[in-house]
Amino acid sequence: MSNYIVSLSPHAKGPLSTEKVMWAVVIALMPSFAFSAYFFGIRGIVVTLVATIACILTEFVIQKYLMKTTVTAFDGSAAITGILLAFNVPSSIPIWEVILGAVFAIAIGKMVFGGLGRNPFNPALLGRAFMLVSFPVDMTTWPIPVTTQWTWNMSKAIDGTTAATPLGYLKEGVKMGESVTNLVAASPERFDYFNLFIGNVGGCIGEVSAFAILLGGIYLLYKKIITWHIPVFYLGGLALITGVLWAMDPTKYADPLFHILAGGAMLGAWFMATDMVTSPMTVKGQIVFALCGGLLCGLIRIFGGYPEGCSYSILIMNAFVPLIDKYIKPTRFGKEVNYG
Amino acid sequence: MDLKTFKIGGVHPPENKLSAGLPIEAAELPKRAFIHLGQHLGAPAKPVVQKGDKVKVGTLIGTGEGFISASVHSSVSGTVFGIDDVVDASGYKRKAVIIDVAGDEWEPAIDRSPELKKEIALDQKAIVEKIKESGIVGLGGATFPAHVKYMVPEGKKVDTLLINAVECEPYLTSDHRVMLERADEVLVGTQILMKALGVGKAIVGIEANKPDAIELLSRKAKEYTGIAVQALKVQYPQGAEKQLIKACLNREVPSGKLPLDVGCVVNNVGTALAVYEAVQKNKPLFERVVTMTGRKLPKKANFLVRVGTPISQLITACGGIPEGTAKFINGGPMMGKAMVSPETPVTKGTSGVILVDESEAKRNAPGDCIRCAKCVSACPMGLEPYLIEKQAEYALWEEAEKEDAADCMECGCCQFTCPAARPLLDNVRLAKANVMRIRRERSKK
Repeated sequence: MSNYIVSLSPHAKGPLSTEKVMWAVVIALMPSFAFSAYFFGIRGIVVTLVATIACILTEFVIQKYLMKTTVTAFDGSAAITGILLAFNVPSSIPIWEVILGAVFAIAIGKMVFGGLGRNPFNPALLGRAFMLVSFPVDMTTWPIPVTTQWTWNMSKAIDGTTAATPLGYLKEGVKMGESVTNLVAASPERFDYFNLFIGNVGGCIGEVSAFAILLGGIYLLYKKIITWHIPVFYLGGLALITGVLWAMDPTKYADPLFHILAGGAMLGAWFMATDMVTSPMTVKGQIVFALCGGLLCGLIRIFGGYPEGCSYSILIMNAFVPLIDKYIKPTRFGKEVNYG
Repeated sequence: MDLKTFKIGGVHPPENKLSAGLPIEAAELPKRAFIHLGQHLGAPAKPVVQKGDKVKVGTLIGTGEGFISASVHSSVSGTVFGIDDVVDASGYKRKAVIIDVAGDEWEPAIDRSPELKKEIALDQKAIVEKIKESGIVGLGGATFPAHVKYMVPEGKKVDTLLINAVECEPYLTSDHRVMLERADEVLVGTQILMKALGVGKAIVGIEANKPDAIELLSRKAKEYTGIAVQALKVQYPQGAEKQLIKACLNREVPSGKLPLDVGCVVNNVGTALAVYEAVQKNKPLFERVVTMTGRKLPKKANFLVRVGTPISQLITACGGIPEGTAKFINGGPMMGKAMVSPETPVTKGTSGVILVDESEAKRNAPGDCIRCAKCVSACPMGLEPYLIEKQAEYALWEEAEKEDAADCMECGCCQFTCPAARPLLDNVRLAKANVMRIRRERSKK
């Protein structure tokens, strides 16, 4: 008898592979990378490349020398973590700090759980949280976009290199007892929707341009890597909570459109909350996850200690994913029918 | 066009209907036919011939035993060489009647004239009896004895007959050709089945990738009463009974129940043709249309093949096995079976044979689950394949039962869609089998 393959059905294979999924996400991040290169210049590019290489190398070393297993460090998933980590830090961050953040993100955020697919928290966000508590000043020093393109050394001590982000400025002002109306009047460029949309504001490397993020998000939707549910419900939740408060007192609270465009909400909604590994498996679960995340983000921004709540809102919801998957089930065919 | 489809899950694999434009041609008669006695779902037929007997085309050689079984007829004329074990497409040895072919002499009772006979002379009971004695089984691939579906138990009410002309599996074109070339016979067959059920309504469900068949049958259906053609959006597995009923009638067959429970009976379009031939022409089921296809196969074909013809003979007629062929699929690429060898005979369930080369035949190496949730959204039964796979890995059969593993119909959407190439369906099958086992053990107690 001849040697033919007699595997079980299905015999057809779908078009996707893990590598294709991961590299599609990397491609989707490229518009943001291009915009960040313009706004944050040489440092934006260097920090992103360093974080990416550090993540891939960390995964490689751990898989090869500690776990002694198949090396999948080049499948694109470590690259995504690196790019997203860089996108979540200011371009003025010292290089050694971002390397440490990258090692933490991969080693503690991903590999200790067993690697790809097994980590409960988004590794990039975990890396960012680690850096925020470890280097609170460096993580909240924000270079002024465009004009600092070729500046390597930036700090709060050097005039004309850094300034507060729109959300940070708002938070401080409100803390001082200033009304939102006055704050907007004092710094209109920070609240200009066009600047916020295109990304001409202070902030983390990859979060500033809502436009670039949207381009990448549409690409992911087109490639069917993600569905619209998580981004729409995340931003919807954020708009809901900020919108209700704004409607109650517009002098005290900023409007929902500002909240969607400012800070990391867009990046979070399109690229962090949609992380497959750390989001629920059913559409219904994803809706609950994203809606709660968006609400949390708004609550942290307005009532919390930090001006930005996006990363923590997603990390908190990551922790609920196993619970969501346990209790929110897909609609089974033929289970809840009453016929005849 | 108003296209209907089912609501949850499904995938759209590349259609690859390479043989759609090729008319049905009669395959050459085999020198020796191997006719399995168990080529249907249920108990094998009991042989009624023995070595040395002379048989004609259409002679009864095995009778159905028990409620779910079907009779088997000779597809050739000649002498019975013996009754012996013959390896079937799944690789199992099963009893078969082996006949040395001489000439092509048909039973005189069979009406071989090509003219269309529209008048249905038989009554309800006689039709079902005729279907039974003609050995008709579901020709879509499941080979369920057809007469059983028409013996509606007391208390069940059927209002609609569905004719499954979806042919949602890639590559296969036998149903498509039957509709184009035997449209009237199919429609008369449908009328016969309607009469057998006592229903006034029949729907022929056809996917939109067969516009010529939709057009032809819609036009011809006007000459018949109560037959409607429903165009369906191309979506696999629409040809699955439950999905077809959902698509056409928006009725959901409850878990563990039958189409009968929602007032439907579903039959394949090829089965309708076989019923026409049996009832109107007195011709038992001994031949069927088989699609021969594959990217590298020199000649593609839709053959009218006598049951028992070795598949290797059909491959030879198509130019032989192409270089690099690594797998022979009996049926479609989503649910068909990989054959151990092409030396197995055609049965009533052989809708097509696909020859695939190594790159297509080999599975990709499985990686870690990335929780992309594609298997969950692809499952037409609303199950969570990733979860059942894990439960199977840890032998958690009670838990798998709670996750409705037994509802899986093995359509393969989950495994097809998985970017990590995980053996999802393999494991779900394992879970399903074990859930069935613990249920049997429980009912024994």
